[in-house]
Amino acid sequence: MSAPQPLLSRAFKEASLAAVIVGGLSYPIIAFRAEPDFNNALALTSRWPLFFIFCGLGFGLRFLLTLWSGRPKAARGEAALALEKPGATSKNRWLAPLGLAALIAYPIVILVVLGPQAALKWVDTFGVQILLYILLGWGLNIAVGLAGLLDLGYAAFYAVGAYAYALLVPLTGLSFWALLPICGLLAAFWGFCIGFPVLRLRGDYLAIVTLAFAEIVRIVLVNWDVVTHGEAGLFGFPPVTFFGLPFIPGPRGFAAHFGLPFAAVHKLIFLYFVVLALALLANFVSIRLRRLPLGRAWEALREDEIACRALGLDTANIKLTAFALGAFFAGIAGCIFALRQGVVSPSSFTFNESATILAIVVLGGRGSQWGVALAAVLIVGASELLRELSFLKAIFGPDFDPAQYRMLLVGLAMVAMMNFRPRGIVSARQPTITLPPVGGRA
Amino acid sequence: MTAPRWIAEPLLRVDRLTMRFGGLVAVNDVSFSVGRGDVTALIGPNGAGKTTLFNCLTGFYKPTVGRIAFSQKGLQDDSRIEALTASSRRYSRDGGEDLFLLERMPDYEIARKAKVARTFQNIRLFAGMSALENLIVAQHVALTPASGYGLFGLLGLPIYRRAEQAAVAKAQRWLERIGLRDRADDPAGALPYGDQRRLEIARAMCAEPSLLCLDEPAAGLNGHESAELAQLLREIRDIDCASILLIEHDMSVVMAISDHIVVLDYGQKIADGAPEQVREDPAVIAAYLGVEEAEADAVESALGMEEQK
Repeated sequence: MSAPQPLLSRAFKEASLAAVIVGGLSYPIIAFRAEPDFNNALALTSRWPLFFIFCGLGFGLRFLLTLWSGRPKAARGEAALALEKPGATSKNRWLAPLGLAALIAYPIVILVVLGPQAALKWVDTFGVQILLYILLGWGLNIAVGLAGLLDLGYAAFYAVGAYAYALLVPLTGLSFWALLPICGLLAAFWGFCIGFPVLRLRGDYLAIVTLAFAEIVRIVLVNWDVVTHGEAGLFGFPPVTFFGLPFIPGPRGFAAHFGLPFAAVHKLIFLYFVVLALALLANFVSIRLRRLPLGRAWEALREDEIACRALGLDTANIKLTAFALGAFFAGIAGCIFALRQGVVSPSSFTFNESATILAIVVLGGRGSQWGVALAAVLIVGASELLRELSFLKAIFGPDFDPAQYRMLLVGLAMVAMMNFRPRGIVSARQPTITLPPVGGRA
Repeated sequence: MTAPRWIAEPLLRVDRLTMRFGGLVAVNDVSFSVGRGDVTALIGPNGAGKTTLFNCLTGFYKPTVGRIAFSQKGLQDDSRIEALTASSRRYSRDGGEDLFLLERMPDYEIARKAKVARTFQNIRLFAGMSALENLIVAQHVALTPASGYGLFGLLGLPIYRRAEQAAVAKAQRWLERIGLRDRADDPAGALPYGDQRRLEIARAMCAEPSLLCLDEPAAGLNGHESAELAQLLREIRDIDCASILLIEHDMSVVMAISDHIVVLDYGQKIADGAPEQVREDPAVIAAYLGVEEAEADAVESALGMEEQK
């Protein structure tokens, strides 16, 4: 009964404290900026309005958060161990086909609405790129979400796939479709190799070792000049073709063959559908495997490794398969990355990349296919969208570049997740098998 | 009077088992055998080395010294055990007679090949998975070949679907037996404590063990639940024909269901025999209740402690 008044004053107190902390932290990095002046000497310029905006944001967010979390506990019951009820799945039955239809229609709708020139960006960054991250997220979800093996070096497998394509194309002259599974298998083999020495490690230790392995891969790529051409990377592999039809203007091109006017976006739309198909394949395999002994063993391994061994499960094999299958999908994604980018260089496979993919899996809810897809759209899509918000310049001044605040946004998403959905966007786990209710349905 | 079953028809024989952790001797030169079809209780005060012994039996620890011979059909032939011990093999399967040396086998192989299943003192269910899934995972070893190591299952072939249906039917029978049929789809971690204990036993039984090792199955149960547990264990022995080895502090359960009791104290075996015998044993009474200074000497000599200078 007496809750509202103390809550408000408590929220005010905590928010003031948060504002002071934000002020203290941002004073050296936001309030001042060192820029070279006309004489090329560094001069301090102050940015007080921006500094106070940050303090105000800290105050406001903390104030709202305290008000929200101070509500009676009953109002926000999120069970620690939520399993979806069997009845709930039938309600969501239309979600999957609907989502699929939307994904298939997306590039065509964009093309029709925006025209071939403006559609380029929307199909490429918001279509192909997000789908690529969804594919990577679903791959990592096998290791992190299902098997509970915290992998901080997933970008290494991504790099193996991309470099495998870049190196094998001139060497073998094989087409993209032939190299796609080879890239996947090579990455899976690498996952297998990394998996072996770390079999006995768990949790934090495993995370550190995978992180180190990813750095080793990256540093080898940087320094092995003869093969990888160092930081410059590899480029100049053949462009995407539609089963042999090149996407070029002229009579031999894809557009002419189908009687369409030539547009650069055709290539991207084709790439979009390739990624979509492969992502759906990853999704299908994950969903199917969850209902098989192997997938159940992964989840059991995540829950309790010792109990697994007591039941006769060979945990070494189970971990290796999770690592290798996760790596396989990363290899495939890497192959597409190389094809899309036309150039592979070590700078594309830094720890930042691993962290982004892991953030997608953790934010989405470990083990949830829907959650991972949503989180990929959120993290990749939102940070790309920031580049579009040029109207913010009108508010914050012409020097303001919203794209520089991408990481801040990821941080905010993480804080929001910790407070509102600590187990990710989709936290309820769907049982892989259920018994019909006693006595059948009425 | 005939010889007791643990001598006439042993299923498991532990010979001179010692487990050292640095300078600490947790299990010291313990030998005993477990009769086929018996409920054998391993009792003793806290810190007597019971769980350590269990971990040696199930492969979670490698014993420092000693031999653990196990056969599902019973250990009849000493010469075969000696021959296998002299070889470098972990188990032999000639003539359909399996013989395993458990101290040489890794934990999962003991569960998978020798068919020794266990439960844990602190319950180790797959908490986030449903009760039914827990019982299905326990049948992993049987289901994996039927799923074509994932391939048949991935393609959705009927051979796997039939195998899975059989696994579900078996899990359902066990859920009915432990009274959890209507909670099959609830997460195991959300079940009440007593239900979790029973579910863990059912999970171990779904692996179709010939020896079931239970580490304090009645810990934390009330009187009514303990009686139910004793009934369940008796059924497992009589209907499912599994031998049971259990660690237990609850004497009402131990005395109600045991055919054979082995008592440990400070890592040493101090008594071994039928429940009536063990109950009267002065060394056991001394270990549990402590003794007067004057009686201590008598007990020590009875224990053979004078060897230890």
